[in-house]
Amino acid sequence: MALRFEILGRFNRARAAQLTLPHFVCQTPLFMPVGTQGTIKGLTADQLEEIGCQIILGNTYHLALRPTSELIDELGGLHKFMNWPRALLTDSGGFQMVSLLHLADITEKGVTFQSPVDGKPMLLTPEESIQIQNKIGADIIMALDDVVKTTITGPRIEEAMHRTLRWIDRCIAAHKRPHDQNLFGIIQGGLDPVLRDICVRGLVDRNLPGYAIGGLAGGEDKDSFWRVVAQCTATLPEDKPRYVMGVGYPLDIVVCSALGADMYDCVYPTRTARFGTAVVPEGVLKLKHKAMAEDTRPIDPTCACMVCKNYTRAYIHSLVTKDAMGSQLLSFHNLYYMMQLSRNLHSSIVQGKFPEFVCNFLQKMFPKGDIPEWVCNAMEVAEIDISSCCAPFRYIQATKVQSNLNEDEIQAV
Amino acid sequence: MKFVVKAWSNGGARAGILHLGTSTIDTPSLLLSTRKGLPHFISPDLLSCLPSPESRLLHIKPVEYMEMISSTRPELWATLADEVPAWVSDKRNKTSVDRTIKWLDECISISPASGAVFGAIVGGSSLEERRRCAQEVATRNVSGYWVGGLGLGESMDERPALLNAVIEALPEEKPRLICGLGLPEEILQGIAAGVDLFESTYVAQFTMYYHPTCLLTMLIAFTAIYRYIYHLTLGGFALTFPLDRTQINASNLVPSDVGSDPRKINLRATVFRKDTTPIVEGCTCYTCRNHTRAYINHLLNVHEMLAQILLEIHNTHHFLGFFRLIRDAINAGRFEEFRREFVQRWR
Repeated sequence: MALRFEILGRFNRARAAQLTLPHFVCQTPLFMPVGTQGTIKGLTADQLEEIGCQIILGNTYHLALRPTSELIDELGGLHKFMNWPRALLTDSGGFQMVSLLHLADITEKGVTFQSPVDGKPMLLTPEESIQIQNKIGADIIMALDDVVKTTITGPRIEEAMHRTLRWIDRCIAAHKRPHDQNLFGIIQGGLDPVLRDICVRGLVDRNLPGYAIGGLAGGEDKDSFWRVVAQCTATLPEDKPRYVMGVGYPLDIVVCSALGADMYDCVYPTRTARFGTAVVPEGVLKLKHKAMAEDTRPIDPTCACMVCKNYTRAYIHSLVTKDAMGSQLLSFHNLYYMMQLSRNLHSSIVQGKFPEFVCNFLQKMFPKGDIPEWVCNAMEVAEIDISSCCAPFRYIQATKVQSNLNEDEIQAV
Repeated sequence: MKFVVKAWSNGGARAGILHLGTSTIDTPSLLLSTRKGLPHFISPDLLSCLPSPESRLLHIKPVEYMEMISSTRPELWATLADEVPAWVSDKRNKTSVDRTIKWLDECISISPASGAVFGAIVGGSSLEERRRCAQEVATRNVSGYWVGGLGLGESMDERPALLNAVIEALPEEKPRLICGLGLPEEILQGIAAGVDLFESTYVAQFTMYYHPTCLLTMLIAFTAIYRYIYHLTLGGFALTFPLDRTQINASNLVPSDVGSDPRKINLRATVFRKDTTPIVEGCTCYTCRNHTRAYINHLLNVHEMLAQILLEIHNTHHFLGFFRLIRDAINAGRFEEFRREFVQRWR
């Protein structure tokens, strides 16, 4: 084990902790931006540090293709290659393959796929995945799991869960650097609580440095989503970090944190920036919209980032989709927003003000009090009282209430 | 606006200081022009890692020109010019001069209260027309001169005469700005003739889609590429021509440099895959202090935006360093020597 996880504060199930990794001491809850190919699109390492990024995710699949794990290893590891002084996490490569590649298939041996370079049949085994990740050198590495979409039903889900458990042993055996890289196991089992439970117990038995909740964020309904997270966080050990993979909407992060999760990753903030969308407390702001052309307010008046301090919505509107600078500035703001959210989650829990933070957050996002039912249910289980921000009766109002932004500009995520 | 010439060096080259608004600019200087107020790839928080200039010019379309001038309120603006390339007919060229002078008078009459105005001078590749235009503009009440229409097809050999024809007609105490020259040797040529400010244009006529091989061909075919830094950056090129005087004298062809071009390297080349040295050893720009050729090679290969950001930072920094060397040489009275050595090394 190459990490230390120390809980500094709690509110019911929510925890704020210090996660000490080989390259950096982090504070959780935290959001990890995705730097697919050894870079976060359009931002320098300096800017990422400035924003407050603590851990960046690299995609094993992409890096193994270019520039190859051998080259990264030869040049001293990914930290050195990118010159990123803080922490890194790599995924196993499996998910990418299955979602990106035609004809990818999963067998007991591993993930078979067609090489995108020359079409040759190839195989990614648990051993191979760990070997590649050992070469890349991230602080946290992920086990190769058999991941299925939650929208799939039937025996495939059970098969995948059991295989994931068999594969974790192969991953552990293949892991050559347990002293400076932390292997996290991934809980599968679809939306079936029985399967999830078996998987949790199986992984916990292996006494891993940390655990991830996988197979979510793939189109399942929100009600099922939070229940799986709640179940896993209830049964996972307290003293190890919990990582919900692929979760990136701020609302989802707040809910999962209330339920006891610590780490998140998603391409959402950077990807949505490239489409001209900013993440704001009210939800999202579409800078491409013509109403933005003359709006002289900053993207978010409450945001302290370089972009909000210097530019108006009108200016960003003139850049988006036409100039690279537009998506750069939006990425900067969006990531700053996510880092600030992480900081706020951590500090509000430590200071014993978590429920106030949650209510405040929900009030801004749902000023009419129309908080989605799944959020209310989840908060009930998390034992966080949000009644002050819920409308007394939840019915569709006949008249629209005035708000800052037009209905078609705002989208509560 | 205030302009003072501080030093001369053999012939026309001069070093001076331009006060514009709250900025002080040492000349000869490179002005980075922008799209919509920002460089193409470098966001404002990263600009501070570059040495000055702080000044930025905005490129504006001819339509509603003066309206834009009064609403953008620049510290410095040039009157509207009808720039034509070198290969137009004599008649067309003459028309461009007449039109430019007419527009100059119109612009001045509507001109806003603040902001220094530079009179535009054109004339294509005709010595006579250049002289005529310059003489006319010299009689107008302007703070300086903007020489346009160069780098549009005339050869480097023709240019000194054209520049001299213009500059001879202009008063010494007012600054001269030239746009359209980008290559280092062209800049040296301009300075020798007495130009103070150079504008490197980022306005993109070309789309973002590019092929390194096509770009290379274009760079060879056009001797006066005035979108120099932008195209270098897009193509994956990094400037490496020596800035240090000792480097200029000594042979510094590093084995890893591709081909025999000591001026720049194309970081896409596979020879850089494992090169853990910075673009230029000893360069103090953000890119060279923090990143390796290998990393930039990777970023270019996977089409990541960060490649252009890092390259633009380095190329701009390098070019600004070049201007600093020029000013030092002028102040020390050895500009011609510097120019000779540099051009020799370049070839």
